[in-house]
Amino acid sequence: MAINFNNALGVHEQAVNLRIQRAEVLANNLANADTPGFKARDIDFRAALGAAEAQSQGLAMTRTDDQHIDTAAAMSERAALMYRNPHQPSLDGNTVDAQQEQARFMRNAMDFQASFQFLNSKFTGLSKAITGE
Amino acid sequence: MSLGNIFDIAGSGMTAQSLRLNTTASNIANAETASSSTDETYRARKPVFAAIQQDMMNQDGFGSGWGPGSAASAGVQVEGVIESDAQLQMRYEPNHPAANEDGYVYYPNVNVVEEMADMMSSSRSFEMNVDVMNTAKSMMQRILTLGQS
Repeated sequence: MAINFNNALGVHEQAVNLRIQRAEVLANNLANADTPGFKARDIDFRAALGAAEAQSQGLAMTRTDDQHIDTAAAMSERAALMYRNPHQPSLDGNTVDAQQEQARFMRNAMDFQASFQFLNSKFTGLSKAITGE
Repeated sequence: MSLGNIFDIAGSGMTAQSLRLNTTASNIANAETASSSTDETYRARKPVFAAIQQDMMNQDGFGSGWGPGSAASAGVQVEGVIESDAQLQMRYEPNHPAANEDGYVYYPNVNVVEEMADMMSSSRSFEMNVDVMNTAKSMMQRILTLGQS
């Protein structure tokens, strides 16, 4: 039986990747906390993970004609960056709430650790299977 | 992996905040530099921040659709430093060596209270970016241990 990494690693690989991407978006919000007119953004994690999973499982449909509906584009639209609704509008149009963003960033880092732990234990399991311990 | 981008983003934030701290220091240091004409008087300086617009998707080679969209920005940049056009303070000090023929000296339009508040705000923002960078660093170190039991 061949080892299939996609089956073995499951969703955790994509989860780790998405956590990193989300960390980047949140870090950008924090860096622009004092930029006038900057709008805070975030990704819908559930939608993004769903889209990533569907893509890795080969569910994406092939378009043989230009008039076919582009399902991949529809999925990426759902997983795209979205804007936050500010709790307190500020005079300069900036919608970054530094404390909230920092809390989200920390939470995201913790979730990253969890996903990473799962991914790592998958690898540990695989190597145990190979060495026959 | 785009964890490396976080270092750039937080780094740009730290650069911007330290420039803001620099202008604040310059404003406070010059708050009492009097001169005899409006042209020579120091004016309060303020940095102008703007988000760096960048196509992240093209940059890290994600060709196929998903992930953070193409209109995302990456970090903050300082567009320039402008001089405040608020009214200069004119004080009647005939004994001042820089007084003009009417006995007036011009003081800069620096509001020290405002500058102090700005200083606190920029140092807090700087710390926030340092925190982000530290977290990204520990995330990256975790990644490097992948596969080690």
